Amino acid sequence: MASDPAGTTQGARLLDADSAQWLEELTAQGAAREAGLARLHDLLTRAAHREVRRRAPRLGIAGPELDDIADQAASDAMLAVLAKLDGFRGESRFTTWAYAFVMFEVSAKVGRHFWRHPTVAMDTEDWDRLPDRFGLDPAHTAEWSDLVVGVRRAVDEALTPHQRRIFVALVLNHTPLDSVVVELDSNRNAIYKALFDARRKIRAFLVANDLLADDTPGS
Amino acid sequence: MDATDGSEGTAALDRFLRTDPADVGCGDAMTVLHEYAELADRDPALAEARYAGVAAHLAACGPCSEDLAGLLAALHD
Repeated sequence: MASDPAGTTQGARLLDADSAQWLEELTAQGAAREAGLARLHDLLTRAAHREVRRRAPRLGIAGPELDDIADQAASDAMLAVLAKLDGFRGESRFTTWAYAFVMFEVSAKVGRHFWRHPTVAMDTEDWDRLPDRFGLDPAHTAEWSDLVVGVRRAVDEALTPHQRRIFVALVLNHTPLDSVVVELDSNRNAIYKALFDARRKIRAFLVANDLLADDTPGS
Repeated sequence: MDATDGSEGTAALDRFLRTDPADVGCGDAMTVLHEYAELADRDPALAEARYAGVAAHLAACGPCSEDLAGLLAALHD
């Protein structure tokens, strides 16, 4: 995968007044800092509760469990913000920067919550699920059966054991990526990278076996 | 995913398997998500152009795009 996400290396910028005030409060001493911490906690808690409510319809979580996730996410986001305060350079408003930690922590808490009531074991290998994962209609089996068999062969022959485990968890079993992160004590980037490599290898295998067209430039 | 005929289903599988070499991955995308969100909120096309690798990643990564959606919503709360 590529790097340098903005395409350029960008330095510090002038802070807007609101962001400067946040930094002044959070780096102050005594009562001023305490007031800043309380204001930050209030900001992050409100953001976390709004975010879990936004996601709730897709999560199947409600009531006290949802509030617990929000409160835990807000607390951990606050720790992250304070730990990384020196790294804030004003590339965005302070509140936007802080909200990002809320989003990451809500995702992490939701990923952990999945394991309270898992719908399927992460490592279960039921390959009969594969066609349904891509909306392949059983009435048209003849049109896609070779491709599905090819995917299975690619997983067997081209992937590392780790890539296979990630592919099975995420694709066959629909385990949420952030839940796989929790189960493997990993991080989102590493799990995504394993799936990214698995996708690339499987497609290359299918192209090499004339099951998909090679339409890359120059081919 | 709803059932489709053979061609639509195989197209869906092909789209899933395609990877974009510009994709920066979750780590880099999360590092600049706050910058991307503010720019995307004002001018989505400019955000995609300036952060092409992040845009490529967000198009393929459900968890990061969900975080972005939450961040964009938070900007208007």
